[in-house]
Amino acid sequence: MATIHIPTPLRKFTNQNRILETGKTTLSGAIEHLVEEHPGIKKNLLDDNGHIRSYIKIYVGDEEVDPLENGTLEIGEETEISIVPAIAGGTNNEY
Amino acid sequence: MSKWTEMKLSNEELAHYSRHLTIPEIGVEGQKKLKAGKVLAVGTGGLGAPMLQYLAAAGVGTIGIVDFDKVEASNLHRQILFGASDIGRPKVEVAKERLQEINPHITIETYETRLTSENALEIIKNYDVVADGTDNFPTRYLINDATVMLDKPNVHGSIFQFEGQISVFNYTGKNGDRGPNYRDLFPEPPPPGLVPDCAEAGVLGVLPGIIGSLQASEVIKILAGIGEPLAGKLFLFDALHFRTQSVTIKKNRDNPLTGENPSITELIDYEVFCGVGGNGRDEEDEVSEITVQEFKTLLDRGEDVQVIDVREPHEYDIAHIGGELIPLNTVSDNAGKIRRDAKVVVHCKAGTRSAKAIRQLQEAYGFDNLYNLQGGILAWSKEIDQEVPQY
Repeated sequence: MATIHIPTPLRKFTNQNRILETGKTTLSGAIEHLVEEHPGIKKNLLDDNGHIRSYIKIYVGDEEVDPLENGTLEIGEETEISIVPAIAGGTNNEY
Repeated sequence: MSKWTEMKLSNEELAHYSRHLTIPEIGVEGQKKLKAGKVLAVGTGGLGAPMLQYLAAAGVGTIGIVDFDKVEASNLHRQILFGASDIGRPKVEVAKERLQEINPHITIETYETRLTSENALEIIKNYDVVADGTDNFPTRYLINDATVMLDKPNVHGSIFQFEGQISVFNYTGKNGDRGPNYRDLFPEPPPPGLVPDCAEAGVLGVLPGIIGSLQASEVIKILAGIGEPLAGKLFLFDALHFRTQSVTIKKNRDNPLTGENPSITELIDYEVFCGVGGNGRDEEDEVSEITVQEFKTLLDRGEDVQVIDVREPHEYDIAHIGGELIPLNTVSDNAGKIRRDAKVVVHCKAGTRSAKAIRQLQEAYGFDNLYNLQGGILAWSKEIDQEVPQY
């Protein structure tokens, strides 16, 4: 099973789960699986055209990937997919 | 940078830095480079506190500090430059005292102001390196753009609950190639409200200690000209599960500063860019408000009023004023619980989330009897009932 790592700011949409294990074999399949499992994450992850939002990056291992361009990228048992969002700080004045 | 070859180290300085001087990579030459170096730290909060102390102790010759804030009780669990007796004092003033105590051989320059598009270039131009320890997206993009325009490395650290990120942006390597900047990594910030905001989040007190110390290490390496700065990479740290990762940052050909067709040639309005000014305020205007004094009068008169608290349950456990708890992200699902036959006062911690909740309810369900409690539970605690804890 490949592993998707979900960052803290998005765990609100995954019932606080920090990983999703997926048996899918492609990057786009894994992202679809995540969205099916946790529909609330979709609008925070993808724009209306299915692009990854501009304040989020996705990495397979240590390399940046774009599910639209690299959707057919094969993933395997050991693959680690990381979702990395922009974070500002822990003491933001926005309440 | 001043010429390091012109720097001299006194006997007192040689004693202070002796454990540096014996490291082959630093030695007298590296220590003189640090003394000649000038770093600007933006923010003296959780990240700035450890970073500044290590930079001062290490002998960075000139340290500039920008912060407009005053010390508050809620700072003390992580901002270890400050103590309880400093509450209410300007952070830059306290920081300067502490840092000069740590190292009297260096110069501390303070700017008790907010870094803005108007003053950023003027302040930053005098420094060799900028260390970004701020807590908001507008200032992060401002620092990024200003450092790119002035060709300065930007040592970036950011934190959220248990997770930290660090990178060295806009670093020009020995071969003359300039590394990626923050806009290559994240072209735009998240719109306010789409990602949970930080009042709902908090931060582990020690986390900025770790990330800020890593920033100090990067600044020292850059100034001393040693090692490999974290350029072109983003280091990720999850304290809760002790997971670390270093990922590659690609340059983005659409980067409006350094891409193929640059469109930003001068500093812009970063509040508008990040969606936290301008339009946001217009939206605020659509929400009816009530002050805590007016709210108290309603309650004292025994008027029929429903109170809705849109914070999170863990916040309710810390402090509440008796409202019905309906967290912001469940408001739409619970619209049926909100009365239409009485005044409804909606509150959160300081008024932002409750305004969002009211806008959602007005737009989706046509409520016209909702009032946002100005300043939220913090204002209630300050002006009405000091028994209600501030957090």
